[in-house]
Amino acid sequence: MPTNHLIEVNEFCIIHNIEVSFISSLRENGLIEILFDHESAFFDAEQLQLVEKFIRFHYDLDINIEGIECINHLLQRTAAMQDEIASLRNRLSLYE
Amino acid sequence: MTFVDYYKVLGIDKSATAKDIKVAYRKLARKFHPDLNPNDRDAKQNFQQINEANEVLSDPEKRKKYDQYGKDWQHAEEFERQQEYREQASNARGQRNQGPQSEGDFSDFFESMFGGASGASRGRQVKYRGEDFNAELHLEFMDACKTHKQTLTVNGETIRITIPAGIENGQTIKIAGHGGQGINGGPNGNLFITFSIANHPVFKRLGNNLYVTIDLDLFIAVLGGEITIDTLDGKVKLKVVPETQNGTKIKLKGKGFPVYKRDGEFGDLFVTYVIKIPTNLTMKQKELFTELSKS
Repeated sequence: MPTNHLIEVNEFCIIHNIEVSFISSLRENGLIEILFDHESAFFDAEQLQLVEKFIRFHYDLDINIEGIECINHLLQRTAAMQDEIASLRNRLSLYE
Repeated sequence: MTFVDYYKVLGIDKSATAKDIKVAYRKLARKFHPDLNPNDRDAKQNFQQINEANEVLSDPEKRKKYDQYGKDWQHAEEFERQQEYREQASNARGQRNQGPQSEGDFSDFFESMFGGASGASRGRQVKYRGEDFNAELHLEFMDACKTHKQTLTVNGETIRITIPAGIENGQTIKIAGHGGQGINGGPNGNLFITFSIANHPVFKRLGNNLYVTIDLDLFIAVLGGEITIDTLDGKVKLKVVPETQNGTKIKLKGKGFPVYKRDGEFGDLFVTYVIKIPTNLTMKQKELFTELSKS
């Protein structure tokens, strides 16, 4: 398996000083995707920003996994609505 | 440089315990954290102030110095001299810090009194990804319809980016690695550029399609004929069928805006005819119209 763009979960947890169980919980709640190869677990580097954000939610702001799930959902909805606003603004310019 | 009342920032009084400070900080951080308020400058500024207040008030040494010299921060050097006679307090503290921060995240007041971010919250050599930068780039309508390069200066660094034809107003593109510098060898953040495209005086754009309204002479509308209209790539001749109605729309396939990142593909141009009623008619013309109306 090519591991160029994959981040090893154990190593990541050591660097960030967090429990592996936290990453497992994120996976169990469908917040991130984990890939397994033999004994090791990895996540794609594309998800790094997201994982770091969840870490900040949990460890800096004391938000539990259920809270993170809600926040993530609401942030996604906000982003979708902002896209819709941008698209509607463009459409509105047709009538200005 | 103005005095910053850190107690007021956290909404606590001077007798607040360490626990009160932590609770107040967490409560406000949950409200203003940049992760929860993407692209909100006010929230970011508030968060920086809350963070700074927490940095000072949660550290007993800093809090003592602040309480003693807060309003008279200019005299803090005296405090420093007194400190030399004391033992250096251990910097060993909690494990996690509040994420990436740069010296620039602190107010002038803080920098002056405490000399920038302390080592207390930076004890661990954790690699942090740099901060993401957001920028807005204004483009002329005609610039957005051709692939071109632009040179930008972001945080003192000059970068040359290729802007693909067909970019949309409000669209954001990511320039990987051109955000804030990573901390302790961590990767750089990304630069997100949001495009603001000026409206065109003639063409209206919706996605890849363009819309234009053309004034049509009454006689051409009734009898049919040929007109010339402007498109993005020059003039085209159009045949107008006899008895064309006001508001008739025609589609010119492939004469719209280029499709983003799809070379050679274009949207369509929709032309709406607005029939112009002649004015300042001569007596003869009026007579002819009267005759027509009776026929």
